[in-house]
Amino acid sequence: MTTEVPSLDTIAASPEIKKEFSSTQGVSLRSVSKKYGAFVAVENLTLDFAAGTYCCLVGPSGCGKTTTLRMIAGHEDVTSGEVLIGDRRVSHLPPAKRDTAMMFQSYALFPHKSVWDNVDFGLKMRKAPLGERRIRVGEILDLVGLSHLSDRKPTQLSGGQQQRIALARALVTRPQVLLLDEPLSALDESLRVRMRGELRKIQQQFGMTFIQVTHGMDEAMSLSDSIVIMNQGQIEQVGTPSTIFHTPTSQFVAKFMGDNNIFQGKVARIASDTNRGDLIELDVDGIGPLFCRGHASQVGAIGACSIRADLMHLELPSAEPSPYPNSIQARITAVELTGFVTRVSLMEEKTGQELLYKVRTDEWSTSSLQEGQLIALRWSAEECVFLPS
Amino acid sequence: MLKNWRTLQPYLLVAPQTIVLLLFLVIPILTIVAVSFWEFNGYSMTPGFTLSNYQAIFASKVYLTTYLNTFKFVGLVWFFTILIAYPVAYFLAFHVKTLRWQVILFLVCTIPFLTSNIIRMISWIPFLGREGVINKSLMALHFTDKPVEMFLFSDFAVVLAMVHLYVLFMIGPIFNSMMRIDRMLVSAAEDAGASAFQIQKEVILPLSSSGIAIGTIFIVTLVMGEFATVRLMSGGQSSSIGYLIKNQIGSLQYPLAAANAVILLIITLMLVFAILRVVDIRKEL
Repeated sequence: MTTEVPSLDTIAASPEIKKEFSSTQGVSLRSVSKKYGAFVAVENLTLDFAAGTYCCLVGPSGCGKTTTLRMIAGHEDVTSGEVLIGDRRVSHLPPAKRDTAMMFQSYALFPHKSVWDNVDFGLKMRKAPLGERRIRVGEILDLVGLSHLSDRKPTQLSGGQQQRIALARALVTRPQVLLLDEPLSALDESLRVRMRGELRKIQQQFGMTFIQVTHGMDEAMSLSDSIVIMNQGQIEQVGTPSTIFHTPTSQFVAKFMGDNNIFQGKVARIASDTNRGDLIELDVDGIGPLFCRGHASQVGAIGACSIRADLMHLELPSAEPSPYPNSIQARITAVELTGFVTRVSLMEEKTGQELLYKVRTDEWSTSSLQEGQLIALRWSAEECVFLPS
Repeated sequence: MLKNWRTLQPYLLVAPQTIVLLLFLVIPILTIVAVSFWEFNGYSMTPGFTLSNYQAIFASKVYLTTYLNTFKFVGLVWFFTILIAYPVAYFLAFHVKTLRWQVILFLVCTIPFLTSNIIRMISWIPFLGREGVINKSLMALHFTDKPVEMFLFSDFAVVLAMVHLYVLFMIGPIFNSMMRIDRMLVSAAEDAGASAFQIQKEVILPLSSSGIAIGTIFIVTLVMGEFATVRLMSGGQSSSIGYLIKNQIGSLQYPLAAANAVILLIITLMLVFAILRVVDIRKEL
């Protein structure tokens, strides 16, 4: 078994090839639903994936993201609604007629066929002329840097190589849209980080439309132009990685992102501010008022606020005035050094709520704080996001 | 003392199996091989070494036709069992969605095998005979005026009964190998534009070939040695090597029977090795 995988930096795709691959068509979903008996897998989804962009569908298992991808691919029928690729309605078409190609989780390479025959498969099925098949397969194997392995069987390849062959097999028919079903989940951590860089590079080089399903937020953040977060068959939030990172719009998203501290309460006061969202005072049970930014419907509404673990400030409790309006007291329960960042678990003194504080390891090591110590966590209202219920 | 016991242990563990194999497989086969070289003068045999038994077999046209007839049965039964088993296994493996129903339906396939071979064979007779169900129906429907003779006591009846007897030996291995096929491969083939026929030809058939090979080995070994079905269903009008050997034993021509048995064994082993050369069945084991 070879583990050597040449870097994609060596790839010099000619401008003509790039042009052939670049997508001019995006994907649109119009009120798409999928029901299995009484179970609703996807509910009334309306969504646009712009041409030439990298989009990730993210969510917990069973949120309907894979079903959505499979409906776009044509491996799953829509119960109602319409799937459009470009401006063509494709809901009634079989997968091969949609101009999409799918890259499967665990790759689904044909174990009995050589690398070459695997890549050639789509062209052979479409009865492309033999000469054209040879050129195209050779070209795409060069592109992924594995033409020297074309006689091997998939089981003789490393995980990274298999992944590239799966990609080559999907790209060889020059689809408008590439659909990727958790393509990196079978790889180990270091290879995963490298391969996601390569996927991104290929997508950008060719300007193709990529739609990927993943359950990892970090993967989605690093790959996508836009992220769709799904939960229980519905969209929770759509946005660029940066928007979703900075301003989650629901408690689910804030929780799913991880490393956010969320406090639930009741809106006590709203101070209008058109520029940066209203300033909201949230009355949190057992803690008192917390101040955050956002849009609340009315005073008295139930809501929550979320503050990222790295945006809080940890101080020794003191009577000194603080520049931060939000302050709570908590006790350190555990300190976890994860490398560059140290994660500090805390427990709120009055309510017992578990909290997380993240700090640069260098910074933490200069402090003399220890487990069991009572400290104050403070943060500004500007960085604290209001989340309606 | 204890150390000796440790070294002996594995040998003691394999001893029963070895003894059984030696007593009931190796020694009988060696005996048959030895007897096949004994001299035989038509009514008595004497230990010795002669090739005359083999010469008699290779010189005789009767034997040749019988061997060819046996191959014909093997070929036909093999063909029809695959024809039936492949779709059945495919249905069970790919169209029955839950494992529970797959198991239930597979058990349904085995129900006829709860009765004995002979009874299953005999039960064809009232069905196929001159006054049988088929002929009665055909006459009632005016497809024919007089009973069709070919249904019973014919090669047709022999092949029919053998296919019925042995089809499960083909369904089982094919079903088993199909169950190991990653369902994603079918989706991947569809995605690449493969038609239903192309999916069979390019994906399912090659990936179930090891199951087909194992089923083929079962069928070949079973049908090559068949004599009861041939006797019963052909009414003595057709023959096979197994039947011939049985008759020779009946008339106490042991050396001839032994020589035939040796040839039959060699041919069968050659067929099995040929199958193993073509298909790698290791992944099934």
